[in-house]
Amino acid sequence: MEEFKFIGKSVKRLDEKEKVTGAAKYVDDIEFGPNLLYAEIIESPHPHALIKSIDTSEAEKIEGVVKVVTGKDFPYKFGLYMKDRYIFAQDKVRFIGEQVAAVIARDPRTAQKAAKLVKVEYELLQPVFDPIEALKEDAVIIHPDLGNYPHVPWFFPKGGTNITHRLKLRKGNTEKGFKDADFILEDTYRVPRYAHCCLETHIAVGLLDYSGRLTIWASTQSPYTQRNLFADALAPLGFSHKDIRVIAPYVGGGFGGKAGVTMEIIAAALATTVKGHPVKVMWRRDQEFYNTYMRQQVVTKIKVGVKKDGIITAFEMANYWDAGPYAEYGANVVNASGLSATGPYRIQNVTIDSYCIYTNLPAAGPYRGFGYSEMSFSVESHMTRIANAIGIDQVEFRRKNGIKEGDTVAYGAPMNPNGLLEAIDKVADEINWGEKEESKDPNKAIGKGLSIFWKAPAMPPNVTTSAFIKFNEDGSLNILVSGMELGQGYLTVMAQVATEILTVPIEKIRVELPDTDRNPYHWQTVASHVTWASGNAVKRAALEMRDKIFEVVHAAYHYDKDSLYLEDEKVKCKLHSSFELPLKDFVINGIQTKDGTYRGGAIVGSGSFMPEFTSAKQDPETSQGGHPNVHYTVGAGAVKIEVDKQTGKIRILKAVEAVDAGKAINPRNVEHQIIGGLLQGLATVLCEDMRFDENGKILNPNFTDYKIPTFLDIPDEVVPIIVEVPQPDGPFGARGIAEHTMIPAAPIIANAVEDAVGVRVKAMPITAEKIAMAIADEKKEVDDFLMIMKK
Amino acid sequence: MKKISFILNGEKRNAYVEPNDLLVDVLREKLGMHSIKYACGRGDCGACTILLNGKGVRSCIILAIEADGQEILTVEGLSKDKLTSLQESFIDHGSFQCGFCASGMIMSATELLDKNPNPTEEEVKEGLSGNLCRCTGYTPIIDAVLDAKKRDVDKK
Repeated sequence: MEEFKFIGKSVKRLDEKEKVTGAAKYVDDIEFGPNLLYAEIIESPHPHALIKSIDTSEAEKIEGVVKVVTGKDFPYKFGLYMKDRYIFAQDKVRFIGEQVAAVIARDPRTAQKAAKLVKVEYELLQPVFDPIEALKEDAVIIHPDLGNYPHVPWFFPKGGTNITHRLKLRKGNTEKGFKDADFILEDTYRVPRYAHCCLETHIAVGLLDYSGRLTIWASTQSPYTQRNLFADALAPLGFSHKDIRVIAPYVGGGFGGKAGVTMEIIAAALATTVKGHPVKVMWRRDQEFYNTYMRQQVVTKIKVGVKKDGIITAFEMANYWDAGPYAEYGANVVNASGLSATGPYRIQNVTIDSYCIYTNLPAAGPYRGFGYSEMSFSVESHMTRIANAIGIDQVEFRRKNGIKEGDTVAYGAPMNPNGLLEAIDKVADEINWGEKEESKDPNKAIGKGLSIFWKAPAMPPNVTTSAFIKFNEDGSLNILVSGMELGQGYLTVMAQVATEILTVPIEKIRVELPDTDRNPYHWQTVASHVTWASGNAVKRAALEMRDKIFEVVHAAYHYDKDSLYLEDEKVKCKLHSSFELPLKDFVINGIQTKDGTYRGGAIVGSGSFMPEFTSAKQDPETSQGGHPNVHYTVGAGAVKIEVDKQTGKIRILKAVEAVDAGKAINPRNVEHQIIGGLLQGLATVLCEDMRFDENGKILNPNFTDYKIPTFLDIPDEVVPIIVEVPQPDGPFGARGIAEHTMIPAAPIIANAVEDAVGVRVKAMPITAEKIAMAIADEKKEVDDFLMIMKK
Repeated sequence: MKKISFILNGEKRNAYVEPNDLLVDVLREKLGMHSIKYACGRGDCGACTILLNGKGVRSCIILAIEADGQEILTVEGLSKDKLTSLQESFIDHGSFQCGFCASGMIMSATELLDKNPNPTEEEVKEGLSGNLCRCTGYTPIIDAVLDAKKRDVDKK
């Protein structure tokens, strides 16, 4: 095995000192000076209504109000994969909380006061909140113009309906597969909406300076994508990409919620109306819940057939996703998770239909896991029930059907090298699988649950990234990339990749946060692809620098380039053991030769990376023929819980998760992703419970009523396990793992609850109340879905 | 506007405030204490925790005028010369990811160790349970606090 000096080492995080001293700057920590203005948004109180009139005259009279802006000022559409959104509502509002107008004022209180005086007259329309209802023939149509919306070629919206995309996948012969089956199980599962709950709410500050330059400071995962969408949406105002600059300081949590563009475009647009004045738009906590993205709700109908020996013969699934009224990003969640909805199983006959459906709940979109967590709940619950029904141990069932390298995935592409079986075995071993344990308390029961998972980055096929690296006079390095440090440890890992080639100590490396004026292109920090993609770009940049270093040394000393190597910040030569030249002696000012002249000059490196084997050109009727995903990361999770049979309360005694990182560049960062991501997943099944009233208004947009876990809610023990089956095209074999860590959480709890008390819960979350009621009523299955409260 | 005076990180500071100004806003915007984070506005999350006379409080639900004549400590105050054992321990354990909860967490943990220099794991969890973190799963924070405790013992 190759010996690495920096790769595979748990070096300290580059950003930690800034974060523990309060030095780390987030957007709201930047001083914007006395000209700073504040925006307050006027929001729709109705889930679906026509805007008849907007009267801003009273608001404009308030002293300190600079401007009141409405949809008329910005009649421009935007969206990442489909243009179905407006900066401000135009003729119609489609969810409670949608932005209708904005007051810009010299201080926040004046803005708030004036916003209350903006009068909007509405004509109410019938709303629809349930995705299945929205499919009915007589359902109200939320976007009558859907058929005309521009979108990426792999979406198939159906004009005149609420179907914004339908993913259709056909492999083999499902009908025959079911005929061949000895046992078939069919059921429906429901997953409600969830909120990201970044501690830092969304914030963006826009400034159009007097020269016509537009700068946006944003808390974002996507500086370049935002610049692109701002430039596109605001093109009628005469902006080109070079005139727009997005600066992305530290981000206080992303989890997918700060990907693409949501409220940031309001700051960009408002800035164009008040030249010379920065305008701050900062969401309050309640706005953070209802006007960014949420995770989509989904209803899954699934039918799986197996032989007596446990081999899966057929898999049929229909997913009805509730995207809210804007699906520009959410439709790609539906697409990506639909393509991979089987989970990591080898199945010959597959039918999948995934519908992305408009509703009048708030707009939904990307959330850590990108639809795979939702698919995992239904598939992994279902597979467990099937294994139990035919009397095959779940672990054995999964080992038997688990996908291997070279197997064909549902859309026809070959599966990449992976450590799925190793992950299953390690997790099963760690949880003492097969050993039934009894609680000492007769009122409590112990149960175990296990599940497997996979996820591929969901990206356009030609997604690209790049890196610059430059030396400083003392031989230290600055690395310029535009991936985002979301907390996953990106900056540290990029430094490790660069210096595995360049041998500069980690303490002498800075990795700079994105600024589109300075750092080179990177699409977005999403899809858990940055270690892999940006790591490859950084590695290429470092290799380019090493070549230049050897070139200069060769020019000055005439040593053969092939005989040169780097060690401990020095150039050395295999053929001349006494030769060593410290990098700091020449990487800026060159090497002086005998005649007094110099060779070399400031050494910089650049690298870019794009996968050249991916394609989204699949057959729309079958999804066969393309190569939409670069690779999958796999893993397994398991849990041992204790359930109180009287109260239904669950205590997690032990949680285990194994993920195949390919090569863990920083093992501790991987372990921390597992510990943190698993808890975020466990929260969706155990604590978080989003509720809307019958009018589609969220009832718990705060941390008092929408419970995210505290220190007191963590498992008694968490065991993170790293599996390493190298990714051939990854930097030093690495692939991404961050989103994946939350994917197995919901089904391992569902499976463990059934193991403990014999109750199968088919609708998330799995609350104590549901379990206790089922035990009291002697129910074996629970379907109760409570997201929208009935009158 | 009323003039208030208090000791902020060991220095006497003044500010002119409205009766309804929140302490978090005055500290951040008038006195530049940007380590303090505003995240929920209702005392739920602890990101704005500061020490007021040595006691951890949520600066988003305290009026600035209430701080008149009091003593305030923020992370800036801890970081002036060398870092505290607790801060060093957080760095060594890589405890924070996005870092937005870090300042509030550090102030709560500072208070915890001031009052109980030898806490058990359960006491750490209980003591910090008012500070939310969405990234870490909390374990790396608990590890750092328990380790900081050991470091202080070793120093003595």
